Amino acid sequence: MSFAFYLISAISVAGGLAAVLLKNTVHCALALTVVFAGLALLFLQLDAQFAGFAQILVYIGAVAILVVFAILLTKGSETPKDGVFSKTWLAGLAVAAAVFAVFGWTVLQSGAVLPHQTATPQVTVAQIGTALMGRYVLPLEIVALLLTAALIGAVIIAMHEKPENNEEEVAK
Amino acid sequence: MSATLDQIFVLIKQWIVSFLPVAWQPVAGILLCVAAIVSVFPGLFAFTVLLERKGLGRMQNRIGPNRVGPFGIFQPIADGIKSLTKEDIVPYSADGVVHFLAPVVLVVAVFLGFAVLPMGRNMVLVDVDASLLFYFAIGASTELSVFMAGWSSRNKYSLLGAMRAVAQMISYEVPLLMSSVAIVMMTGSLSLVKIVEVQNHYSGIFPHWFIFTPWGFVGFVLYAVAATAETNRSPFDLPEGESELVAGYFTEYSGFKFALFFLGEYLAMFSISGLGATLFLGGWSAPFSFLTWIPSWVWFFGKVMTSIFVFIWMRGTLPRLRQDQLMNFAWKFVLPLTMINLFDAAIWRFLGEGWLRWVICSTILLIAYIGMGRIGMSRKHFGPRSYRYAE
Repeated sequence: MSFAFYLISAISVAGGLAAVLLKNTVHCALALTVVFAGLALLFLQLDAQFAGFAQILVYIGAVAILVVFAILLTKGSETPKDGVFSKTWLAGLAVAAAVFAVFGWTVLQSGAVLPHQTATPQVTVAQIGTALMGRYVLPLEIVALLLTAALIGAVIIAMHEKPENNEEEVAK
Repeated sequence: MSATLDQIFVLIKQWIVSFLPVAWQPVAGILLCVAAIVSVFPGLFAFTVLLERKGLGRMQNRIGPNRVGPFGIFQPIADGIKSLTKEDIVPYSADGVVHFLAPVVLVVAVFLGFAVLPMGRNMVLVDVDASLLFYFAIGASTELSVFMAGWSSRNKYSLLGAMRAVAQMISYEVPLLMSSVAIVMMTGSLSLVKIVEVQNHYSGIFPHWFIFTPWGFVGFVLYAVAATAETNRSPFDLPEGESELVAGYFTEYSGFKFALFFLGEYLAMFSISGLGATLFLGGWSAPFSFLTWIPSWVWFFGKVMTSIFVFIWMRGTLPRLRQDQLMNFAWKFVLPLTMINLFDAAIWRFLGEGWLRWVICSTILLIAYIGMGRIGMSRKHFGPRSYRYAE
């Protein structure tokens, strides 16, 4: 547990709290991005280069943008007058605490179950690539197929349907 | 002598660091490299702005800046002092914190990209295993700063500009990545240092640069198109189209924050040109085997500045695209061609040495290019332009 770990954790936790507590939805989305960045830094601190860079590329580069677009393009993005906090916050708190307790318990128990590892495993990006293309090629292909299907489905839902009698090219 | 000149910056760094205690040396070395990057590229930015204004002036039959100093060469200094001393206006309804953070995030993210570019033999700040992935990950996060700038200004033009910019950057990021994947397939490495080393060989006097293969040439052209769009340069400069959106996402910025956006844009140009040179043009390697005595960093910066000149040239030549043309071009032409190029690179790899792979790979790409162009054009109906909303 180094100084860097505590610094990154503090940033991530602060970002997470801000994402929950801020009133403006776009601010919440930006705070969530800080959490993503903190997670990526944690991965990098553990020498997991691929996971860290993929986290930045996918979550900050794509998911965060998607979230802010979704907020801006849907109705009700304006902050309501009577506050943004739900009336059933007590139940939400209980569920969140239960989930946190399960995770915490699992993490604490894992030390006893797993054999104590002294050396940090050296996993390079090349090894991950070889594993994905060799042993795990079928799951990879299935995921690729699923994502392609989702993409085509999204395009079909968003497609502008052409009027029957109009000959001209309809702008997208 | 030429070896000393080649490594002169590395030697200077070692000489300076040697004055410090041993424990501080690694940290001091890194700080020195960072300081060099942070000072060299903004200096190059000042020079490029002058070059662009003079060059554009020449292309448009006018003189360009000529008042400050001989031939106007001190114009960048005057511009810098002006933007430093200007009042920094933040709109009343703007979101203060986000408005302040946006240019900072942009410049920091762009500077991070330089960390992995090999700018000469042994001249790379961090040589990580997955430096190409790092570069694209950092490049993807600049989109967020553009959005932050546009949204926090609370201005229609800013928000529209930001939306256009983000949509464009996301669309063209896919071909940018996919055209580089072909290089990764051929070298078997994500490390930019290793990608340059693979290209730094010569047959006779000619180098083994990837641009001198069919898939490499097509990949480079597609990369250049995507890079132009990624940096919002003309003809893809819709996000800041003056005639439509004032200045796009940085309409509401003034003073030094505006200068930071300007700096970020040019730095992104430098870094994406540097990556293009590294991937396709052999990085710091010399174009002919008898020119290897010229220091490696001269070649790297020469290639970057040549790309910058092409950027300026295109800006002076081509008109701006329309939004739907931009999107259609990205998704219906550039992206399929990058996919075909990827297949082509695989075929090239497995056909082995010989003239046969040149014929087969070139034919596939030529057919794909002509066929897709023809199909795309046959769907278009040329005629009087129809206005849906403006009539």
